[in-house]
Formats: sequence, C-alpha cells, structure tokens
Amino acid sequence: MTAQITGHTTAHIIESLVCVPVVLPLLAAGVKLAIGGRLRRLQSLISLVTLGVSLVVSALLLVTVDAGGPLVTELGGWPAPIGICLVADRLSTLVLLVSSAVTFCVMVYSVANAYDVQEHDAPMAIFHPAFLVMVAGVADAFLSGDLFNLFVAFELLLSGSYVLLTFGGTESRIRAGATYTLMALASSMLFLIALAITYAATGTLSMAQLAVRFATLPEQVKLLVELMLLLVFAIKAAMFPLSAWLPDSYPTAPAPATAVFAGLLTKVGVYSLIRLEALLFPGGPISTLLMWVALATMLTGVLGAVAQTDIKRMLSFTLVSHIGYMVFGVALSTAAGMAGAIFYVVHHITVQTGLFLVTGLIERRTGTTSVSGLGGLMKTAPLIAVLFFVPAMNLSGIPPMSGFLGKLMLVQAGLAAGGPLPVLLVAGGLVTSLLTLYAVAKTWGKAFWRAPREATTGTVVESEEYTGQEPTVTTATLPVALSAPVAALVALGLSYTVLAGPLSALAQRAAVELMARGPYIEAVLGRDR
Amino acid sequence: MTVTLLPFAACCALLAAGVTLLLERSLVRVLAGVIMLGNGVNLLIITAGGDAGGPPFAGTPGMADPLPQAMVLTAIVITLGVTAFLLALVHRSWQLTGSDEVQDDTEDRRVRLRARRGELGDAVRRRQDAYRRLIADQRAELAHLEAEQAERERLEEADLERRISRVHTELERWMREHREKGVSDEELQDRLEEAGQREHAAVTDNVLRIEELREEHERRREAQAARERELRTRLKGRQREARRQLRAAIREERTRQALGDPELEGEDS
Repeated sequence: MTAQITGHTTAHIIESLVCVPVVLPLLAAGVKLAIGGRLRRLQSLISLVTLGVSLVVSALLLVTVDAGGPLVTELGGWPAPIGICLVADRLSTLVLLVSSAVTFCVMVYSVANAYDVQEHDAPMAIFHPAFLVMVAGVADAFLSGDLFNLFVAFELLLSGSYVLLTFGGTESRIRAGATYTLMALASSMLFLIALAITYAATGTLSMAQLAVRFATLPEQVKLLVELMLLLVFAIKAAMFPLSAWLPDSYPTAPAPATAVFAGLLTKVGVYSLIRLEALLFPGGPISTLLMWVALATMLTGVLGAVAQTDIKRMLSFTLVSHIGYMVFGVALSTAAGMAGAIFYVVHHITVQTGLFLVTGLIERRTGTTSVSGLGGLMKTAPLIAVLFFVPAMNLSGIPPMSGFLGKLMLVQAGLAAGGPLPVLLVAGGLVTSLLTLYAVAKTWGKAFWRAPREATTGTVVESEEYTGQEPTVTTATLPVALSAPVAALVALGLSYTVLAGPLSALAQRAAVELMARGPYIEAVLGRDR
Repeated sequence: MTVTLLPFAACCALLAAGVTLLLERSLVRVLAGVIMLGNGVNLLIITAGGDAGGPPFAGTPGMADPLPQAMVLTAIVITLGVTAFLLALVHRSWQLTGSDEVQDDTEDRRVRLRARRGELGDAVRRRQDAYRRLIADQRAELAHLEAEQAERERLEEADLERRISRVHTELERWMREHREKGVSDEELQDRLEEAGQREHAAVTDNVLRIEELREEHERRREAQAARERELRTRLKGRQREARRQLRAAIREERTRQALGDPELEGEDS
C-alpha cells in the first residue's frame, strides 16, 4: 500500500517535472529583472543554477520517458484537449537534454566573458533575462503539445532573441535586427493565420486531437493547412528559399547569442517540422517538395559558405546548408530517415554552437573574425586552434566523428528508400559534405596555418564586442572559465562517437515512437478516446 | 460552420493593407503594416470561432466558443509587445542613421558592387578586344600589300636581269662577229651606243619604277603606323574614361549606401 502510494507520488512528481524547463527559466528571468544591475555574482549564480537544474531535470525526464512512454502535464488543471498540455516523449526530451547542456555551456561562457572583459552592468542586466526567456521558449517549443502553445513558445524565444540580437544597439545590429524582427513577425502572422484556419476546420489546436481529426478532413483543406505550417517552420528553420535572413542577421550578434541562435533556434523549426510531418500529416503528399527543398538548401547554403571570408558568415551559411540534411531525413518519412534526422539534430546543435563559441574566442584574441585579417593562430593560440579544428572536422563529416555517423544514417536511409530522388539527394548530401570540408579547410588554412601577419597582432580590424564599444583584444592566456565550456561542448560532440550505439538506438526508438503516433495520442487523450 | 461575411471581408481588407505596408522600405510604415496585420489576424481567429453567441461562460445558453477569445487575448498581448520593441528599433535606427529606411544587406551591396565592376570591366575588355582585332586586320592587310609589292619588285628586278643578260649576249655576239667577220670598229661603236642608249632608257625606267614602288610602300607603312598610334591613344582614352566611370560608380554606391557601415570599407576595394 505504502509502496503503491510512494510509486504514485513519484510518478506524479516526475510528471509535474515536465514543466520545470519552461517555468524555472521564466521565473529566474523575472527575479533577475527585479534585481536589475546589482549583485552580479548572485545574478550569475541564479542563471547557472537555473540552467543546471533544467539540465538535470531533462536528463531525468529522458530516462523516465525512454523507459515508460510519454509524460503529459496538463497546465492549469484543464483536461487535455481543452487546456494546454506539455508532452514529453523521447524526441522532445532528447533534444531538450541536448539543448539544456548546450545552453548551460553557453551561459558559463558568457558569465566568464562578462567578467573577462569587465563590461558595464547595464547590458548584463538585460543579457541574462533575455537569454533565460529564450531558453524557456525553446524548451516550451520542444515540450508543447498544443499548436497555439507552440506559437506562444516561438514568440517567447523570438522576443528573447530580438533583445539578444540588437544587444547594445549598435548600427550594424540595429540593421540586422530590423531584418530579423520583420522576418520573424511575418512568420508569426502566418502562423496565426494557419492556426485560425486549423481551428475553423477542426475546432481544436491540441496536437493529439488534431492528429485524429485531420484524418477526417478533405484533402485540400489538409494540404492548405500543411503548406501554411510548413511555410512558417521553413522560415524558422531557414530552409531554402526562406533562408536569406539568417546569414544576414546572425553574425552581428554577440558570440554567445549567435552560438545559441545557431544551435537551437533553427533546430526548433526543424523539430516542429518533424512533429508536423510525423504526427499531424503522416504520409502527406509534400515529401517530394520537401526533398527538392532539402537539396536546394544543402547546395545553396554550402556554395554561400565557400564564398565567405568572414568566419561567422561562413558558419552561418554552413548552418543553413546542414539544415538541408535534417529536412532530407524528415522528407524520407521512414523511421530510418527520421532517426537520421534526429541524430543529426543532436549532433548539429552541439557542433554548431561549439564552432560559434570558438569564433567568439578568436574574436577575443584577435579582434576580428575575417580570415583576411587572421593568420598563424596555430602558433599563437594552439588551444583555440584545437578547439576550432575538432568541431570543424566534425561538421564536415570526417570519420569517425558524429557528423560522419549522422550523414551515414541519412545516406543509408536514403538508399533504403530507393527511387531516383532520394539517391539524387544522397549524392547532393555527399557533395555538400565535401564542399563543407573545403570551406572549413580554407578557413583553417588561412586563419591558423599561414604565417602570422603583423597586422593581426593586437590590432582591431572590424567587428565590435557586444557592448557596442571597441572590442577588447587581449593576448593574455585564456581563462579556464572561458575555454572550459567550449572544450566541454567539443568533448560532448566527440562523445556522440563513443556513445554512437546507444544514441542511435535511442534516435531509432524515438523515430519509431514518432511514426507510430499511437503512444503520443494515447498519452494525451487517454486510452479510451 | 458558416462565416459571417462582414467580419471576414474586414479581415481580408486589413490583411491586404498590412501586407502592402509590410513591403515598404520605411520602418514606420512597416510598423503600421504589422499592426494592421495583427488586427486582421485576430479578427480571423475570432471569425474562426464560429457564429457570434452569448458570453463565453459555461452554462450560458448559446454560449460562444471561449478558446478563440483566449487565443486572441494572448495574440493581442504578444503583438503589443513586439510592436513596442519594433518602435524602439525604429527610433534607434532613426537616432543612428537619421532615416528609418530598411538598409540593404551588406552581402547584397557587395554582390551588386562586384557585379557593376564586372560589367564595366567586361565592357572595357570587349572594346580592347575590338581594337586589337582591328589592328590585327590592318596589319594583315599591310602584310598582304607588302607581299604584293615585293612580288612586283622581284618581277621588275628579274626583267632587269633579263635585259642585262640579253645585252651581254648581244655584246658577245658583236664581239664574235667583230673577231670572225671583221665588222668595222665604227659600226661596232655605233651599234654599241645605240644598244647602250636603248637599254639605258629601259633600265632607268625599271629602276625608277622600283624606287617608286619602294616609296609607296614606305608611305603606306607610315600611314599604317599613324593609324595604329591614333587607335591606341583612342583606346587608352576610352579605358581611362571607363575606369573613371567605375571609380565614380563605386564611390557613389559607397556614399549612398554604406552610411558608416564598417564592413563595406576596407575589404576587396
């Protein structure tokens, strides 16, 4: 009896833990705004503890969900189809865990960075709350079991990102911020229109109930809703031809912000796309369209990357390009393809964030991220060189790193699916991988390998730090607090190789659960409905 | 479900106006567009909720669907927040640049500059090629003329040779006749003088012709060189002109658009 009650309470507690990654950062953001610019140590402590707790909770959730099926928390006590619920299944908790780990590392980095460059208090007072709101939005988007809540999650993470992107209000950031904000606003409006149409057609916005009700709708209405939602998520995920805003706006933001944007925000779009294709419209008629989009995204992105001379811009273009791989996996609409896409999401979040953080270190060391002004970093900053080299090779898919494994899973899934188009995409993916290697190797060769030039030592060339003042260039040794989070991210990226077996098995299980749809719908609506 | 026409039409009008304004370059208009879009979308959600009914409270007869109303409340709050942020952004942009226009992407500008440079460079190259072809043609023509002239000269010279050799044979014949038949010295003298005069006239004529030909050749060569010189100076002038145009275009592009954008200065100039 007691054991039963304890078991019941434990299950209940774990179920209510689902909302922690969303609610805790929001609360912390509120508290920090109330504190304002004072008590910097307390501020940093709150941020780190919040994100640390989120990390632990997501790990706990992943273990629970993997063993016992999806968990559902009904917010506000309203029952599922009417009220809003948070659903934690294998996919959402897996990406949640990775994103928590990444945001934790980035927070450590930005705290260390703030102490390092002796910034003013005021920007920091805004930076942390905005960052936490964005993290809450990302977690909410991953856990949301309701389309309207997904919209709110997008708005949360976007409003955080607006502030981070225009941080300091310098001219180039305002310019980039205007593009970014308007693009995001347009997609939000489209999302709302899609929601209105969906509600008019089905009378619900709960994803589980939608999955049931869409089956009874006429094909045309289904296609309309699907295409509108696809458009919204394509803007978020920066899929071709809606990707032009990304390389324009991301590189101007402060390094920690760009790192999180690159790692998480586009992946939220990809995650939503996975949900859309797997849960709401399984076997929809748009897979062919998605495949062409994936191919165009891969190729245009990587060709852009090859042409860049600025490391941040180059990385932004590879980011766009590699979104194509995930879209490819989703477009295959097989369990193997989904598993490949999920594995790739996990890999890409880690590696891309790591690369942008290292670029921040390069900027701190030399004052520029333009390869034309860099040189000889291999000799002058060997630690940065190693920290850049490993994720760069990981990104371009050198065996046995996780980038290679993810691409391998996708290639296998593509070949297994058969047909000319998947094979064409596999070929396109291989070409993209090769060109990515070319782009990062070019950057590596110029910035790290060639002889150091006089102009680069200790002089400021172009970009500015995120206070909007002159960048602080220092040749002093890196503080451990600054290099440790980056090293942790690089190590995390490498650990996917060591843990490739369990991780890909988990991705497989998540994909199977996704494609089955039953567990998710039952968990939300109950077995009887 | 039936849709009431009037709210739906109003919502369409708002959306259309909003989208039109969103496409403007001035951020204030864009802001107005966002507000209109937001209102249009909110109206759409309300319309999606179905017919107008009683208050959305449980137990009221003819109760309206409360969910769209809750959603619209949320959407209104979000739109409000984003509008406030956008307003701040517009203000800051105006503070920094004195205008509220959306600026072009740095990359776009760079691409456009490079394209303009490429176009002008191509034009200069094309013109250069045309001049080069023209000069080559003229040189070929000159060479042809020269060859013709040389041939004529050779013919004249051969003619001269022939005449001289004829004179020689004739001379030999006379000498032989003089030895064998005993033609008188006077007669020989006369014959020699006569032949000498005849041949001299012909040879002078020949030499004159050759000289004439050579002179003409020289004249032509000079004329050709003068023409080439002129062409070259004209080409150089055009190139200078094109380069000046290019520089002016780039300068104009920079001053017009850079507006203190540090990324555009320095690199690839």
